[in-house]
Amino acid sequence: MSEVLLSLKGLTKAYPGVVANEDVSFDIGAGEVHALLGENGAGKSTLVKTIYGLVRPDSGSMTLAGAPYEPTEPSQARARGVAMVFQHFSLFDALNVADNIALGMEKPPPMGELAQRIRDVSEAYGLPLNPSRTVGDLSAGERQRVEIIRCLLQDPKLLIMDEPTSVLTPQEVEILFHTLRKLREEGTSILYISHKLEEIRALCETATILRLGKVVATCDPRETSARQMAELMVGSVLHVPERAAAPPGEVVLELAGLSAPSPRAFGTALKDVSLQVRKGEVLGIGGVAGNGQDELLLALSGEMRTKPQMVQLKGQPVGHRPPDARRALGLLAAPEERNGHASAPDMTLTENAALTARVRKKLSRNGFISWRRSKGYAEEVIKDFDVRTPGPGNAARSLSGGNLQKFVIGREILQAPEVLVVNQPTWGVDASAAASIRQALLDLAAKGAAVIVVSQDLDELMEISDRFAALNAGVLTAPRPAKGLTMEQIGLMLGGAHDMHEAEADHA
Amino acid sequence: MMRLERRPQPSEAWSWATPILAVVLTMIVGGILFVFLGKDPILAIRTIFWDPLFGSFASYTRPQLLVKAGPLILIAIGLSLGFRAGIWNIGAEGQYIMGAVTGAAVGLAFYPSEARWLVFPLMIVAGAIGGAFWAWIPGILKVRFGTNEILVSLMLVYVAENILAYAALGPLKNPEGMGFPGSRNLARWDTTANPELIAGTGMHWGVAFAFIAVIAAYVLLSRHTLGFAIRVTGASPRAAAFSGVDPKRLVILAMLISGALAGLAGIFEVTGPAGQISIDFGVGYGFTAIIVAFLGRLHPIGILLAGLLLALTYIGGEMAQLQLGLPAAAIQLFQGMLLFFLLALDVLTNFRPRFGADAAA
Amino acid sequence: MGDINPILLLASLMVASTPILFAALGELIVERAGVLNLGVEGMMITGAVVGFAAGVGFGSATMGFIAAALAGAALSLIFGVLTQYLLSNQVATGLALTLFGLGLASLIGQSYVGIRAPATVRLDIPLLSDLPVLGRILFRHDFLVYLGLGMVAAVWYFLNRTRAGLILKAVGENHEAAHALGYKVVRIRLAAIAFGGAMAGLGGAYLSIIRVPQWTEGLTAGAGWIALAIVVFASWRPIRLLVGAYLFGGITVLQLNLQAAGARVPVEILSMSPYLVTIIVLVILSAGRGGAALGAPGSLGRSFHASR
Repeated sequence: MSEVLLSLKGLTKAYPGVVANEDVSFDIGAGEVHALLGENGAGKSTLVKTIYGLVRPDSGSMTLAGAPYEPTEPSQARARGVAMVFQHFSLFDALNVADNIALGMEKPPPMGELAQRIRDVSEAYGLPLNPSRTVGDLSAGERQRVEIIRCLLQDPKLLIMDEPTSVLTPQEVEILFHTLRKLREEGTSILYISHKLEEIRALCETATILRLGKVVATCDPRETSARQMAELMVGSVLHVPERAAAPPGEVVLELAGLSAPSPRAFGTALKDVSLQVRKGEVLGIGGVAGNGQDELLLALSGEMRTKPQMVQLKGQPVGHRPPDARRALGLLAAPEERNGHASAPDMTLTENAALTARVRKKLSRNGFISWRRSKGYAEEVIKDFDVRTPGPGNAARSLSGGNLQKFVIGREILQAPEVLVVNQPTWGVDASAAASIRQALLDLAAKGAAVIVVSQDLDELMEISDRFAALNAGVLTAPRPAKGLTMEQIGLMLGGAHDMHEAEADHA
Repeated sequence: MMRLERRPQPSEAWSWATPILAVVLTMIVGGILFVFLGKDPILAIRTIFWDPLFGSFASYTRPQLLVKAGPLILIAIGLSLGFRAGIWNIGAEGQYIMGAVTGAAVGLAFYPSEARWLVFPLMIVAGAIGGAFWAWIPGILKVRFGTNEILVSLMLVYVAENILAYAALGPLKNPEGMGFPGSRNLARWDTTANPELIAGTGMHWGVAFAFIAVIAAYVLLSRHTLGFAIRVTGASPRAAAFSGVDPKRLVILAMLISGALAGLAGIFEVTGPAGQISIDFGVGYGFTAIIVAFLGRLHPIGILLAGLLLALTYIGGEMAQLQLGLPAAAIQLFQGMLLFFLLALDVLTNFRPRFGADAAA
Repeated sequence: MGDINPILLLASLMVASTPILFAALGELIVERAGVLNLGVEGMMITGAVVGFAAGVGFGSATMGFIAAALAGAALSLIFGVLTQYLLSNQVATGLALTLFGLGLASLIGQSYVGIRAPATVRLDIPLLSDLPVLGRILFRHDFLVYLGLGMVAAVWYFLNRTRAGLILKAVGENHEAAHALGYKVVRIRLAAIAFGGAMAGLGGAYLSIIRVPQWTEGLTAGAGWIALAIVVFASWRPIRLLVGAYLFGGITVLQLNLQAAGARVPVEILSMSPYLVTIIVLVILSAGRGGAALGAPGSLGRSFHASR
């Protein structure tokens, strides 16, 4: 514990217009699980990429096991015993598990031998994995196992994990923590990046908190409250969304036995999804990414057509209707990917306003678009939702994640929808923007709209939902009142721990 | 070392400056090329770019400018609509040929009628349909079977060339042509002729249609929902689908429009400047129009200017061939080079180059 | 039509397929690395003319082939620099390469029209070439026919059995992930592009030096485009690519023989048949399946820019 494995001294990295890391210094002890905590944009990713050799710092130095450490590429980092599990997996869908693992190793053994070692290591750490399966067919949890085993096969001294639990069910998180604790006992240091405070309190011995690129505090998370850490991370007191209780009204949207194949390769088919949403209600749909969330949104927005009766809006079958017809009837949506799905990144905010608001805001007449009215609407969204941008003539991609998300959600809300479906409304958004988006969704419901929030963030869903349902391999559980649900119950709804057999059956 | 850094949004200024810079660079490198070919570079550049407009034969060459630019602009406008949406119809040459063959066949079927009011419009419609049909094939195959439209539209060029040869030697061959290949001369037959509308300008019906197409495309792209659908699809296909654009319908529509415009270019060419269906009717306008479309940044006004510029290189190239013995192929090379420079410089619109130590990362 | 000799037909099928086989194999590697180079036609015809010119100049077909490969690679690197460093659109740049190559070739080729190609040595494999029927079909060809077959095996081995091949596939499948693992995406792609160019150049030179054998304008007549189609046909797999090239070569040879035999079908219909068949094959192959199911590399045609 007392021995220092990796020491960072004065690391600074600036990008045009933003200092990602400024004079960052801290030590990671041998056999220590060290948390790196911070909001989106606090500089965690840049710092981690510096340690892994993907980014070269402008100034500062690192020492690994007593010797100077200046990796210029990941292979050098790996050669020195530094391994990394990425947040967005660095995996190749079309290749099999063994190929994927070989690609992450410096000198992989011959394939037959490698396959055997994969089986050995995966069993030793309780992470079953079949080396010959195609990665594109694996669940998110299994994909993470591929990344972890890829690292473990190289006997790392330091394992970096970037937001590893964001794609896992609570039970899978337990399995992961078990593995990580075992690694710590064997003397491996772990740098654990997260913004989930309870996890960090359960796992880590030291936490370094970053804000706006600087180290603002170092603490022992076991002795610091989650609230204290959150305030260190955000730098201010958090606003908790509030809502006026309103009795739910009549059913506005009904899904009746919605089944549809995924339009994408390696997607998940929807299987007999049924639900009812009432006026003034927020229905939260949880689930690990890739379990049919995208497909559900496509089926509701109208991008994916189904049998007419499968989607009913105010008693009217609309499953076969295109997006604009649904908008006219009051069913609006905001997809997960704000850059390139909910908005066209290279187009201006005015043009992006016209993207979905043509019908309800009467931005076009006889097939001709009024750019004056579109600009007016964009300005309205910018003003009402506090979108930070020089003006509606700016390209969507020039906005920060939180601001673009406020624009995208605001664009739909200001059209006064009767039903609004949002997927991951606060993913990758800073805490204050997230709070205001959640508040806006609650306000919309209070005005009598039905709101469906699809999210992987269970805390968020528990905070704003009236009822909760979970998507697992394209199947939706029966919704239950959100109040009083325990983490364990939620975990079971999410499908518990995926083991190999279950996952294989799911995809059969 | 140089490093590229993405601009927060595309630079307006660079999007106008790059085509001009590309032309200048092409002239410089082209000049060097002419030196290697043993020609005086200044003289060659002047012969190509200046003399056709202001030289001693300008009264003859100036009208040629519109004659050559007309089909290029007409085809390029159609292509640009598809290119903007990521629909790659690169077989415009085939559609151009099929428009000419279909239109000419309809006209010749009426020989020797004198009902111009009926026959000529009918030929124009037939030309548009012929071209549109030829473009519809790759479109429908893409929509139905997911076939790559680039390859199919291109294969159909070779098929069209064979149909052209077959028509010129067989069914459309002039029965009074003393055995020579090629059809009757449509330009010299009053019923079907596409004459110069204003003497000394080179302006014929095809040029008029080209101007109309420029205006229509401008309005379509800047104001109409279809134009918006095209632009969104090109910028971000998923955002377009979310917005409600039906991508399949758009593919068919873009192919039909670009094919029809190429077909129109074909029928106006065969009834005017070319005069007859012959084996060598296809001179590559369909391919040069691709350069025109990109050089004009897929923008209608840009295409108008780019069409005129490339027409100038054609005419100037011919003059340089006659006067300086510059090989015809040099002009083709010149045009290809122009496109290369444009594409290379395009990076400046979306990225900012950074030089020096900072670029080490 | 009785004077079509099936043995000669099969023997010439192997010859007719070879240029496309070379070009398509090169493009297969390029596309497996995630790059779509539509300039195959331009690189082929440039290879054809440079190979021919060098062959005549040095009086050696071998020198011709070497020069053609170099010329194809050099030309492809223009495409490489534009698409990999300057991030230009791959479709547009590929088209530009074809237009540029056609112009360049006809410029260089002017003084070579009507000249005879340098002689090549036919490689009769001893003993085997004396076999009845099979000897004539399989074992009496020039060196490049065998080289082409060897390259199919080499490419197969490279992609499926070597670490370099695995890395190449990884770069083509997901360039962001490959970059995150520390692989040099741009450098690997440039190498693939240069290989593709060299192979296209060789294919072109085979046309001008052996198959035709002389230089004429527009010599390749769409062979480069057909090579691109065959890569799709082959689902990006080398063995199926060989089948595709032979299928196409077979149709070409058959229609030429039918023309020569004076079949009662218009010549034009026979000449267009290879292109029509290519379309039909593309349709049959694509029917009911998306790009990914076909086995298209995940990052095919997308620009890669390493951001933060």
